[in-house]
Amino acid sequence: MTPARAAVTVSTWRPIAIGAVVVLLALFPLVGSGFYVELVAKVMILAIFALSLDLLVGYTGLVSFGHAAFFGIGAYTLGLLSPKYEAPSFWLTLPAAVLFAGLAAFAVGLFVVRVKGIYFIMVTLAFAQMFYFVFHDTKFGRGSDGISMNFKPVAAIGSFTPFDLGNASHVYYCVLVLLVAAFAFLQVVLRSPFGRALQGIRSNEHRMRSLGFPVYRYKLASFTLAGAMAGLAGYLSAMQFGFVNPELLSWHQSGNVLLMLILGGFGSLYGAVVGAFAFVALTEIFQALTKHWQLLLGAAIIALVIFLPGGIASVAGRFRRTLVGEANDA
Amino acid sequence: MPEPDRSPAPPLHSEPPLARSSDAILSTRGLTRRFGGLAAVNSVSIEIGHARLHAVVGPNGAGKTTLINLLSGDLAASSGSVIFKGDDITRFAADRRSRIGIGRSYQKTNIFPGFTAFENCRLAAQSRVPRALHVLSDAASFGPVADAAESALEAARLGARAGHVASTLSHGEQRQLEIAMVLATRPQVLLLDEPLAGMGAEEASLMVDLLRTLKPSHAVLLVEHDMDAVFAVADRITVMVNGQVLESGPPAQIRASVAVRDAYLGTE
Amino acid sequence: MDLYTFLIQLLNGVQYGLLLFLVASGLTLIFGIMGIINLAHGSFYMVGAYMAFTLSSLTGNLFVAIVVGVVLSVLLGIALEWALMSHLYKRDHLEQVLLTYGLILVFEELRSIIVGNDVHGVAVPAILGSSIPLTDTLSYPVYRLFMSAVCLVLAGLLYLLIHRTRVGMMIRAGASNREMVSALGLNINLVYRLVFALGVALAAFAGMIAAPVSSVYPGMGTQVLIICFVVVVIGGIGSIWGALFAALLIGLADTFGKILVPEAAGITVYLLMAAILLWRPEGIFKRVGG
Repeated sequence: MTPARAAVTVSTWRPIAIGAVVVLLALFPLVGSGFYVELVAKVMILAIFALSLDLLVGYTGLVSFGHAAFFGIGAYTLGLLSPKYEAPSFWLTLPAAVLFAGLAAFAVGLFVVRVKGIYFIMVTLAFAQMFYFVFHDTKFGRGSDGISMNFKPVAAIGSFTPFDLGNASHVYYCVLVLLVAAFAFLQVVLRSPFGRALQGIRSNEHRMRSLGFPVYRYKLASFTLAGAMAGLAGYLSAMQFGFVNPELLSWHQSGNVLLMLILGGFGSLYGAVVGAFAFVALTEIFQALTKHWQLLLGAAIIALVIFLPGGIASVAGRFRRTLVGEANDA
Repeated sequence: MPEPDRSPAPPLHSEPPLARSSDAILSTRGLTRRFGGLAAVNSVSIEIGHARLHAVVGPNGAGKTTLINLLSGDLAASSGSVIFKGDDITRFAADRRSRIGIGRSYQKTNIFPGFTAFENCRLAAQSRVPRALHVLSDAASFGPVADAAESALEAARLGARAGHVASTLSHGEQRQLEIAMVLATRPQVLLLDEPLAGMGAEEASLMVDLLRTLKPSHAVLLVEHDMDAVFAVADRITVMVNGQVLESGPPAQIRASVAVRDAYLGTE
Repeated sequence: MDLYTFLIQLLNGVQYGLLLFLVASGLTLIFGIMGIINLAHGSFYMVGAYMAFTLSSLTGNLFVAIVVGVVLSVLLGIALEWALMSHLYKRDHLEQVLLTYGLILVFEELRSIIVGNDVHGVAVPAILGSSIPLTDTLSYPVYRLFMSAVCLVLAGLLYLLIHRTRVGMMIRAGASNREMVSALGLNINLVYRLVFALGVALAAFAGMIAAPVSSVYPGMGTQVLIICFVVVVIGGIGSIWGALFAALLIGLADTFGKILVPEAAGITVYLLMAAILLWRPEGIFKRVGG
């Protein structure tokens, strides 16, 4: 394979850095207290959510302001499938959540992928709001109080239970494994012909059409996949908290996940993960400072957009480039 | 290296004119496009045949780019029809036209700036593989697609720059990449919109050579301002003014035409 | 449904639609002319309503409150454009969305700090407090008719402004070609500042006159924003006629939807949007240059 054929040139330190982070995350429960273990697990769940949106925004160029809808649908699937008096099966409810979120994304995608740019932002927000209403105002969704689950899902296969989801450390590792799996899956997808086509659409949609790509189908597929993965994150969130409510589908949630992407920077998958950590760190700090922390968050977002549009990753990138003097960054 | 020959090709009177629509691969009948009250393209009927280069020329605002947009599907016609190998494709969208074999290059360079030249062409070639929805295999190792991309780059004389990011290429190289991308889709018809735009003399003559090599295996429609290049490669020239066809015929006829000279050539 | 009930609902639907139009026209002007998508537009509506509440409590007169409120919102618009929006002209949609999302958070929290989170009522001014009797038991509030009338008048004024004045010409020219307008010596920055201030004032004014009818509550900004998005999607960006048509359509659909199918009340509007998306994704009215 000639050098030109290598689709992407990846600087060698990156896989090492990512590997190091995974090891650190794996070791964390051994040193961290219960509260922090739960917190980091929560962040990793949000990282999966952010990764799912990254596929859509960062790689296909579709800015959705309604992604929380699919997160919420994944969460509510667990809530609605959880029987009152016994524990649901993890192995049944998790795929169900991903499936339903994916189906919902496909259904919404059929409509929204027809429009572009600012219209797309608006219709994704509108459809998410529609789902919010369904869960907030109808009997089907059990209303604004949400659903409390009496039992955590059980990971039993027959009489063998590989892990106990009532145990915070087990939950942590389950989430970590799924985060690594999601990350690896997206890496593979982005290197595939499908993934390259998505990136082509982001780069120059008009030319993709001109070259003969049925762009609508690609966008719909990306939207569906992103929705399904968001559903996975939503399921894990519901599993961790044992509680779901309509605010999971609110546009604050949609705004927050977009914010994670801008914090972490575009053009890389790890940026989504970095952004999730940065977002939670920021909100924890602000919440500790004042009960009006949303004011600080809003001001921080404004400042970020004006002064640092490339996100944290761009700072890292610029720093590295001045150190190493690389001409271009893959 | 000897100066490339840019004198006009020998007269082609002896060749029968393309009057038989069965010869034409792509043709239009009464093609019209209106914007509000203005007809940018007004009842144009032209034909493009295999192994022929049909040039469309005319002053600015003549409707040449609109015509190409109508042929490629980037713009929908107000009336009239576009026929491809006997089928009416007037209602076909741009991506469908590309898939049936109509390729188009753009006047304003329309590439993927962040990708390498190779990746630009690889993506273009990928459009021909129906199972490109493959989600799990590595794109770079798709042999036939990579081969098609490489040969397209070679044909456009861009092989040496394959690994360079497209935005770092010179203007002329980017124009070559424009062509290479279209070639990677292995089209039957080439719609080329001012491929020589903004090129210096040497780059332009390389492009003219390229056009000559492309002619035998494609049906080419060339929109151009550079009249030297047009006379060097065209088998037929159509002159458009104000959206309508002023005159159409072999180069010598156009050269000799008083009407054309008045309308266009005389002003140069 | 008898005739009078139908008439009442019709008038309500039209009134709601006209109010939406007022808010949506600000949104569509700002996007159509300046290319900025402003998520905080709903916040201006909310700010207007809360201003109406606080100022009318202070002065005891809603009309005075409205006049003062409009002046304040114009000033707010100018200040915001100068400080923040001017950074967004060259930026892509995502950055605009995020910055204005941050702005929503700021507005919501400031409101929470300054006025609190309570729901408030605003009294209808005495002169407009009567009702027109329709039957023995049914009557229609004069204030609602007043609202519709005011919105129509403003719609007419907007049309005159955009299509019949030199300022409007500049605005429309700015929409098509920013550089050329600057080259002509017209101060494009001033034009943009005024357009933005106009947009803010429209939204705030709508909030102010709506306050007696819909009361003043924290979530009102978000609610109106999302409906406005649906108006703009259906009516097309930058088209005042489109916004009017779409707003009336939605106002009527929502009002009658609540009566006919109360369980699906909130969703009617979105289903309408979905149907339009299937039929005409660019919106019913394509942009006709202002």
